[in-house]
Amino acid sequence: MTSLLVIVVLVLLGIAIWQLTKIFHLTQVGAATYNENPEVASDKDNKVNGYLMFGFLGFIYVFTIYSISKWGNLLLGTPASAHGPQYDSLMSISMWIIGIVQVITQFLLHYFAFIYRGEIGKKAFYYADNDKLEFIWTIIPVIVLAGLILYGLYAWTNIMFIDEESKEDALYVEVYGKQFNWEVRYAGKDGKLGKANIRYIEGVNTLGVDMGDANAQDDIQASELHLPKGRQVIFKFRSQDVLHSAYMPHFRAQMNVVPGMVTQFAFVPTVTTDEMRQDPAIMSKVAHINELRSKQSAKATAEGGAAVEPYTFDYLLLCNKICGASHYNMQMKVVVEDEATFNKWLNSKQTLAAAVKESKKDAAAPATDETSPEKAKDTTNTTKPDSTATMTVAQVTKK
Amino acid sequence: MSAVGHDEIHAHGGHDHHDAHDHHHQQTFIEKYIFSLDHKMIAKQYLLTGTLMGIIGIVMSLLFRMQIAWPEESFTIFKILLGDKFAPDGVMRNDIYLALVTIHGTIMVFFVLTAGLSGTFSNLLIPLQIGARDMASGFMNMLSYWMFFISAVIMVCSLFVEAGPASAGWTIYPPLSALPQAIGGSGLGMTLWLVSMAIFIASSLMGSLNYVVTVINLRTKGMSMTRLPLTIWALFVTAIIGIVSFPVLLSAALLLIMDRSFGTSFFLSDIYIAGEVLHYQGGSPVLFEHLFWFLGHPEVYIVILPAMGLVSEIMTSNARKPIFGYRAMIASILAIAFLSTIVWGHHMFISGMNPFLGSVFTFTTLLIAIPSAVKAFNWITTLWRGNLQMNPAMLFSIGFVSTFITGGLTGIILGDSTLDINVHDTYFVVAHFHLVMGISALYGMFAGIYHWFPKLYGRMMNKTLGYIHFWVTAVCAYGVFFPMHFIGMAGLPRRYYTNTNFPLFDDLADVNVIITLFALIGAAFQLVFLWNFFYSMFKGKKAIQNPWRANTLEWTTPVEHIHGNWPGAIPEVYRWPYDYSKPGHDEDFVPQTVPMKEGEEELHHS
Repeated sequence: MTSLLVIVVLVLLGIAIWQLTKIFHLTQVGAATYNENPEVASDKDNKVNGYLMFGFLGFIYVFTIYSISKWGNLLLGTPASAHGPQYDSLMSISMWIIGIVQVITQFLLHYFAFIYRGEIGKKAFYYADNDKLEFIWTIIPVIVLAGLILYGLYAWTNIMFIDEESKEDALYVEVYGKQFNWEVRYAGKDGKLGKANIRYIEGVNTLGVDMGDANAQDDIQASELHLPKGRQVIFKFRSQDVLHSAYMPHFRAQMNVVPGMVTQFAFVPTVTTDEMRQDPAIMSKVAHINELRSKQSAKATAEGGAAVEPYTFDYLLLCNKICGASHYNMQMKVVVEDEATFNKWLNSKQTLAAAVKESKKDAAAPATDETSPEKAKDTTNTTKPDSTATMTVAQVTKK
Repeated sequence: MSAVGHDEIHAHGGHDHHDAHDHHHQQTFIEKYIFSLDHKMIAKQYLLTGTLMGIIGIVMSLLFRMQIAWPEESFTIFKILLGDKFAPDGVMRNDIYLALVTIHGTIMVFFVLTAGLSGTFSNLLIPLQIGARDMASGFMNMLSYWMFFISAVIMVCSLFVEAGPASAGWTIYPPLSALPQAIGGSGLGMTLWLVSMAIFIASSLMGSLNYVVTVINLRTKGMSMTRLPLTIWALFVTAIIGIVSFPVLLSAALLLIMDRSFGTSFFLSDIYIAGEVLHYQGGSPVLFEHLFWFLGHPEVYIVILPAMGLVSEIMTSNARKPIFGYRAMIASILAIAFLSTIVWGHHMFISGMNPFLGSVFTFTTLLIAIPSAVKAFNWITTLWRGNLQMNPAMLFSIGFVSTFITGGLTGIILGDSTLDINVHDTYFVVAHFHLVMGISALYGMFAGIYHWFPKLYGRMMNKTLGYIHFWVTAVCAYGVFFPMHFIGMAGLPRRYYTNTNFPLFDDLADVNVIITLFALIGAAFQLVFLWNFFYSMFKGKKAIQNPWRANTLEWTTPVEHIHGNWPGAIPEVYRWPYDYSKPGHDEDFVPQTVPMKEGEEELHHS
């Protein structure tokens, strides 16, 4: 199918060039030139290209309309966070504004190129400047942009300046990135994340949590991100190796994950995974994807391969900062559920202290000795292991 | 001051040139074509090197576009170009995909659109349009080119390193770029990248200093700053931005070299990789981002301003009409140059820096839209009631305004810190910057080449081939980059080797195929341009002295290149460069060398 498409396009293109060359050659026959130099546009060149400019305007418009109608439904759809609707409304206001400006300016540009195409004997209008016009098209962008800036900054402040103190019931979640997967850690019952540093990484303690910290004992580690609906979630991001970026497109959320520093982002999930699966836009998107996948399966099985599984919608956290060879497959499933289900899920998990204890019991005693955190601390005596305290907190915390 | 300088140079230069002319046969091949001190020859050297690098950069983009459209399929072309190691059985390796993306970005931004564009046209046009016999320092100019050449050679050599060339993206963010354990390309490949760029920066600085000094000191009599063509204004200001910002990239590169080779921790801290804790402590990758973008953002204006200058000049001479708002155009170039140095943080809204900084950078970033809008409106008004001569250069200039508007408008989305959250590092960004600085700057470069080809090679390029080149390119450029906005807003991250691991993105696969097809077709038609370029260089129709009937000084020089540009005295300038279709004159152009008629008034602000 694809190869057929390629061939068709190539053939059509060939015809187009042939025709274009012909047109351009015909224009040369007996053409009076604007000036008698070789290879300078003749009157007919001006005419042909003037019309083509007008045609190109049509192309831009038609292509835009085609794209919007064909691909407009590819977009992310209903936002799943409390700040999402505000983000989307700012986006659509901006899109409408730039869309209108695009339609008008492209029209003027190409229409002028068409209507004022050169003709022998015509003389251009000597028009060097006009302060009033200059003022108008300086002040209009100023006003429009001022509006956009104000609205944008208002939204930015709402989203980014996290008011930690007034959010007592907030859920603290650490998202930890490394080549090439994600892990999460919940603050546990005390609502506080224990300190951590990569120098504490050992055995099951893959996040390098400082087990000497009282806050760390009830922390819970997981490889899937579960979030309760309707509760403020404050994310603390850490990286083990290189830069990553935690991108949760359905929540309109993204923050870089930086080694040596804790970055943060916060939002309130508002739509559970199950609810999102019932969202009409998502349902039609999923149906469309499954149609494509069943075609793919049919093709694969015909060739003796394995069929691909049908797709069910899930929220995702994906890496969005180039981080190495397998960057393209660094993802984690995100599940939003109601508070009760979430708590049930969380309570079924072992606390970190219990997990470490258990693994120590299982493992042979001498192995743990060599890589004990104290030893690591000694060898890098410049280091203060409680990194959470010394590390820069990336975002301003409102007092 | 400039008049004094001019007299001195004039007397001096005039004398020199007589000598050079008389003993023309004594110039050896090496002096004339290789280690030439002549700005016109150096311009041609820049153009050819830039073109060759451009071919490499664009072919790379085709390879990775094919991988995205038909992921992990085997292609014979991969086997041929990448070899069995980088593409076993013709299937591109995932880290090589990143290497191609990285080197494509580096080559296109620095080697093609900085050196190839600004290097070519600054060298060609600055002396010719201001009425100087050559650059202030011909030797430094030669040195600048040859250092650029060496850096290009090193960059190309890095492609043959066993573990692959630099693969951390053209922004080379550490720690990925610092640790060979993190990606193979961060070994010798990255070292060569850094060495190449360090030499490139030195070359760029020597060039820029030369341009600035030349424009300030060597203008001919009567050529006041407000009589300079906009090309010169743009190239002059570009050189200043380069001088201000490139050294910062050099320091970032040096610190990164130290982190990589000498164990310092400027950018690295708390890293656990390949099962061991590294010793780095206390550095910050965010610091590198600041340093990088302090150059990186002005860099995009270093790329686009020369194109703007060329387009302004070409548009006005082909519209047979003065540029609209000459002073506003200069003011907006200066405003853009100033603002360009204080907007770098908009690349870092979600880098983890203080969100208050994000607010500040949103403000400055959206401010830069104002001078850009003024320029776009002025170009459109320049076309209004003109007598437009649709030469290929003019088509590319109009195309430039079109893509600059389309790409620039989405900058309003990305410059807004809030909106950036969800489109950051997606294909939306790729669409934006390719249209606004990639395609637009390339159009500017093509326009410049078509327009000044007669000045460069004394021959004309074939216009029919030029028209075909333009129209196919114009359609394909939109065909490639317009759909990218949609897949970006669907959340598709850039720099993914394949999207097949995300069923969520399955419905974007068709769009990616369409994009790649447009890219392949568009690139194939660049062969039309290359053919036209090289054929016309030797077999093109002979050009006359002033084929476009333009006002600026370069068209008063003889078609045959001579050392010193003008056989006799340097011409004196009596008017601004934009007296096209001025009432009271028989012809529709009045060159700058024509004295004002008795009682003739300046009809523009000056």
